Amino acid sequence: MSEVCRITVNGKEVRVPLGTSVAAAMMMAGEPCRLSASGEPRGPLCGMGICMECRATVNGVAHQRTCQMTCADDMEVVTE
Amino acid sequence: MNAGFDVVVVGAGPGGMAAATVAAEAGCRVCVLDDNPAPGGQIWRGFRPETALKYPNGREFIQWAERFKRSGCAVELGWQAIDRPAPGVLRLERGGELHDVGFKKLILATGARERFLQFPGWTLPGVMGAGGLQALVKTGLDARGKRVVLAGSGPLLLAVGAALASAGARVLGIYEQAPLRRLVGFGFSLLGQPGKMIEGLRYRLKTRRVPYRAGCWVVKAEGRGRVERVTLTDGRTEWSVDCDWLGCGFHLVPNLELPRLLGCRIDEGYVAVDRLLQSSVAGVACAGELTGIGGLEKALVEGQIAGWAAAGREAEASRLAPQRGRMQRFVERLDQVFALRPELRTLAKADTLVCRCEDVAHSALVGCKSWREAKLHTRCGMGACQGRVCGAATEFLFGWENTGARPPIFPAAVSTMAAEAEMQSRVGG
Repeated sequence: MSEVCRITVNGKEVRVPLGTSVAAAMMMAGEPCRLSASGEPRGPLCGMGICMECRATVNGVAHQRTCQMTCADDMEVVTE
Repeated sequence: MNAGFDVVVVGAGPGGMAAATVAAEAGCRVCVLDDNPAPGGQIWRGFRPETALKYPNGREFIQWAERFKRSGCAVELGWQAIDRPAPGVLRLERGGELHDVGFKKLILATGARERFLQFPGWTLPGVMGAGGLQALVKTGLDARGKRVVLAGSGPLLLAVGAALASAGARVLGIYEQAPLRRLVGFGFSLLGQPGKMIEGLRYRLKTRRVPYRAGCWVVKAEGRGRVERVTLTDGRTEWSVDCDWLGCGFHLVPNLELPRLLGCRIDEGYVAVDRLLQSSVAGVACAGELTGIGGLEKALVEGQIAGWAAAGREAEASRLAPQRGRMQRFVERLDQVFALRPELRTLAKADTLVCRCEDVAHSALVGCKSWREAKLHTRCGMGACQGRVCGAATEFLFGWENTGARPPIFPAAVSTMAAEAEMQSRVGG
């Protein structure tokens, strides 16, 4: 079993340890999770699934709370 | 998931785990629900039995995780409780899927979240809750070498500071808004175990040379595209610190959405409960942070009381009840010591966003008289988090009472809502 997991964040390949949350992976990739109503970049705030700031598109599904999701190989994550 | 259980527990943090374990051991058919991908709540987030011992509270985790597993309760993860369509029924949502679960007794252990307050720059990436930052580090965020400033209020800042330092971060300072005289007057150690833990954290931070300063707070955060610098004050002078991350949270507030939806009486910010933790709604009990912000030990004791009570074993529940007295005093002391200073109301400037879901600036809210008016006129609190972030802040900033809870209490996809309407018509018919 590999100890590392590969995902792409906005097309960039990122390698993270198994068990890493998607939100943590996005932060480490230096990418914002979403752009706000007025176009500001936003990243995770509460880290526990409440604030909705870390939502992004994961494998084509919009509005996923990335702090509550664990990275899986070949996952495609896109800022929304 | 089976249609009917003797006991449904919402929240699989320490309080919920203890409640479910005790009720299942007493012979009840129990189901525990949690939104998170694993049980453990916030304090035990990311803990595994093999490695838990290297963390504070790891021993308790191992004991309870083992008992929890053996108890045979059903555990359903990733589900949000969004509505109560009929008495004795809870409606759940997961990834667009709806499910109704029946119960005879309900135990709410939905925990707490950080209180966030607005200051210029608080929406920059890299500015997070203190607990939020810790949660991210627990789920793999690499903290090694990162320059971190922690600010806000409450004992959580100490715990986060110690955890981040252990994870290799350079914790540049912890800034507690409460004045030093109140902290000194608190006499944490007199309050038994929870107080001793706080003293222990202070000691550990000292040995790691992490500065802890009381009577200081954040004025603003700045940076291009992410936080690069934080300005702090002690009320007399201001100074700036370069950093990679700012973790800022102002103590904790309970997650009251579900108890409010169910009609539980709320008193002074917490769910009102009797000595066996029964709320004002028959068959609904609460445990842990919902009844007062008191941390792990309180949650475990209250979970057990609620679990025994749900199983009809009042004698066992009553036997534990006296332990709550000391913990309730601890809750009250924490709330007094970490009460927010009025200066924090002046941090947000006219163009500072108060509602970060809908990007509503402070200036748009100053004319509003109530939370309801603000929602209708500005969409403040109407966005994706449904006021979970700005609600507690506007309570403090403007004195608005945020009492309502309407289903669904968590954002659900439109397709889910259509399915819900259909289910409702079936329940109704």
